[in-house]
Amino acid sequence: MTSRIKLVTVFTEAAIESSLVHELDGIGVPGYTITNARGKGSGGVRSGAWEANANIRVEILCAEALAELLISRLQERYYEHYSMVMYMSDVDVLRPEKFSS
Amino acid sequence: MSSVDPIIWFFMFGIFAGVVKSELRLPGPIYEFVSMLLLLTIGLKGGIELAQRPFFTLLPEISAVLAAGFALPLLAFPILMYLGRFSRVDSASIAAHYGSVSVGTFAVAVAYMHSQNIFYEEYMALFVVILEVPAILVGILLARGVTTGSVKWSAVMHEVLLGKGVMLLLGGLAIGWLSGPQGVETISPLFFGLFKGILALFLLEMGLITATQLGSLRRYGLFLVGFGIIMPLCFAVIGAALGAWLGLSVGGTSILATLFASASYIAVPAAMRVSVPEANPTLSLTASLGITFPFNILLGIPLYHALSTKLFAILGGS
Repeated sequence: MTSRIKLVTVFTEAAIESSLVHELDGIGVPGYTITNARGKGSGGVRSGAWEANANIRVEILCAEALAELLISRLQERYYEHYSMVMYMSDVDVLRPEKFSS
Repeated sequence: MSSVDPIIWFFMFGIFAGVVKSELRLPGPIYEFVSMLLLLTIGLKGGIELAQRPFFTLLPEISAVLAAGFALPLLAFPILMYLGRFSRVDSASIAAHYGSVSVGTFAVAVAYMHSQNIFYEEYMALFVVILEVPAILVGILLARGVTTGSVKWSAVMHEVLLGKGVMLLLGGLAIGWLSGPQGVETISPLFFGLFKGILALFLLEMGLITATQLGSLRRYGLFLVGFGIIMPLCFAVIGAALGAWLGLSVGGTSILATLFASASYIAVPAAMRVSVPEANPTLSLTASLGITFPFNILLGIPLYHALSTKLFAILGGS
């Protein structure tokens, strides 16, 4: 019934949302979900509705190869100068055809 | 009774609540709504005023203000780099913040003029739009150099010109201009009737945000504090002189001085984050929000008004 794929979760600054979305579309991920996020980390407290200290959480469900590509691309482009935390996990999904591009 | 405008108390209340780490927070969508209303109202007011005068009569003023928008960051940059010993990118980013303007400060200046019954040219909302953009371009060029191909200008221009702030101001201006004073009467209770109440809520949130910046003041030391106060004062003098030279009223001159003195904390941080990511946003935000914004709100605006009044007295104008 279910099929195993990857979930990539990214926490980063709201300021780069449009550039990030552009990147995701460019790589060809089948879809993504973006939510507003709050929290605290090495970059300090990120609490605001105010864009300069607002965070977002981006979740992407896709096949492993694409997830690997995505992670290395984001790491290369954003890790140096932006606050970004990223992790990948195995998830079991229904309707796997939705997540293959 | 206190002679302090209640909107200023809201700001102080926000700072207090933030400093004592209260859980008070304006919900995100409310903050967005409040900023939208402010920007639209400022745009509408300007547009209505524009509808009443031929646009080309303003061309000299528009060009002068535009030129100043390019010049101000160029004045701030060497001070930051050579006196402040900041890196090139940080100097460029802070200079861009100070060359650009703060709509919140403008709104408080407008409220100040209304509460004191001082006439000013309401089309100055147009100047807010005009001053918002050039400093960003100069800031990016200062950080990157003129010849580099590493700047994605289309992305930057998209961020700057189609960003929420400029879009709402321009939209408001256009609607006000197309509708004229009679046309907007039906929507005036929301935009004009509630202006000060909305501004009060906005300042409450700004107080809370300012309080979060105060912590980094200690880390970045005296230079930034001095810069955050002295630079606006110098820019206010330039603004007042330009206003008087352009033949603006005392109120208009005070507002132009306030615009020059204000530093951006919404459009420029977003643009710099995208185009000059290696610049440290904490530095520029500590200065613009932690120092200059409260300084302008609490002391600067009355000071710039006094300066303009004095200037007009010296020049023998009215």
